[in-house]
Amino acid sequence: MKKPIEAIVKAGDLPVGFTAQPGSTVAFKTGDWRSVRPVLDREKCIYCGFCYYYCPDGVYQDMGAEKWYKPDLDYCKGCGVCAHECPKKAITMTLEEV
Amino acid sequence: MSKRVGIEVSLAVAEAVKLADADVVAAYPITPQTHIVEHLSELVADGELDAAYIPVESEHSAMSSCIGSSAAGARTFTATSSQGLALMNEMIFIAPVLRTPVILAIANRALSAPINIWNDHSDIMSVRDAGWICLFAENGQEAVDMTLAAFRIGEDPQVSLPVSVNIDGFTLSHFIEPILLPDKAEVDRFLPPFKPVIKLDIAQPISVGLLAPPESYTEARKATDDALLASKAVVKKAFDEYEAVFGRRYQVVESYRVEDAETVIVAMGSIAETASIAIDEMREAGQKVGLVRLRLWRPFPAEELAAALSAAKNVAVIDRHMVLGVDNGPLGLEVKSLLYDAPNRPRVFNYVLGLGGRDVTRDDFRDIAARVSSSQGVQTRYEIVGVLA
Ligand code: SF4
Ligand code: SF4
Repeated sequence: MKKPIEAIVKAGDLPVGFTAQPGSTVAFKTGDWRSVRPVLDREKCIYCGFCYYYCPDGVYQDMGAEKWYKPDLDYCKGCGVCAHECPKKAITMTLEEV
Repeated sequence: MSKRVGIEVSLAVAEAVKLADADVVAAYPITPQTHIVEHLSELVADGELDAAYIPVESEHSAMSSCIGSSAAGARTFTATSSQGLALMNEMIFIAPVLRTPVILAIANRALSAPINIWNDHSDIMSVRDAGWICLFAENGQEAVDMTLAAFRIGEDPQVSLPVSVNIDGFTLSHFIEPILLPDKAEVDRFLPPFKPVIKLDIAQPISVGLLAPPESYTEARKATDDALLASKAVVKKAFDEYEAVFGRRYQVVESYRVEDAETVIVAMGSIAETASIAIDEMREAGQKVGLVRLRLWRPFPAEELAAALSAAKNVAVIDRHMVLGVDNGPLGLEVKSLLYDAPNRPRVFNYVLGLGGRDVTRDDFRDIAARVSSSQGVQTRYEIVGVLA
């Protein structure tokens, strides 16, 4: 059997200079690279904001009056920085199961 | 009207950049390129050239700045040599795929080690496959003319690729030559304002410098190669237009006395002028020798070179770079590969000479012609001319 070509676009159809419209990750959710996810124990959380500031992807959202921070799992890469930095050990990195 | 002036070639190249009205020059000084960028910084500081001169901290930053400013729509120039080009390496391979028409003058110099500041072609040969259009100048006039032509070629919307103008370090860069410097009105007739194909624009944002996964990397590389190969037609058109405006005719491959030549020498850069005089002398002595010079090195002018060599019995290819661990230099390899399928394939000999600034004289070309005519068989490995082994 002939091996199918893996390409997703013809060379001649690519934009000159291999550019793209910005904001492509609005549609392309990069969070599926993740193998572990942060799970928060709100009992332990003191709403200090370390997770919010340390997250390299900036995915934490300030929940304001509810006094906690919520990660957007569409984009969280599972790096574990938030869990490492949390002074109250309120975040547990938990294996993603499929 | 053009004016003939006695001027150091480096300064003349800087004057050509001024005539081209470059918007951005980002450069780091290195021998023997220094005078080009030193003079450009003077021209900018004195208000003679309305450009941003970015005195960067390294060549890597120089080329990064150039790619960025070109993508922002600025006519962009830089210059380097040897180790400077080596330090640019990462960015050198990026500019063609991003299709940023940066113009780069290279005062060609040997690569370390051992450290050596003098002329050969090892710097450009180390990045010959990066996707740049590569032009070679033979003398000071050509250095100026190729610099102006480079802007016209690289910025052509059909091309939109970076161009290197190769000028032999010291041999050309530091010599004072009588050079016809065009006037601004002539240059403006030849070189239209830069209309970038890709442009970073706040009103119409685009992303530049993207990741390509296995599903599109091959296609992105091929698209760049297609553009580079197609640029040859624009190079020729630009040379025709150059002749129409300035009266000097240039071709991608230049032939000299090849008509009935049995042995044809193939060379690039300033040594070809020396070779042409040796050819004259050998012709007077009844030897059937000729000379072919590549002005355009990338994209490789295969058809034109094959046509120029079609009647030769012997071809002697001169390389000014030693490729370690293989039997031929870069030009030798290309010529052998080109002629492999040719009808009446000539014998191809490859000679390496003029490394690290060692003088190349007419005697060297006489020596090469004598070696070729006395050879009975084929040459299996390149020979170094003038090596003490
Ligand atoms: S695991 Fe990493 S990416 Fe995900 S929320 Fe925590 S810090 Fe951000
Ligand atoms: S770092 Fe820990 S304690 Fe602080 S806000 Fe985030 S989860 Fe709560």
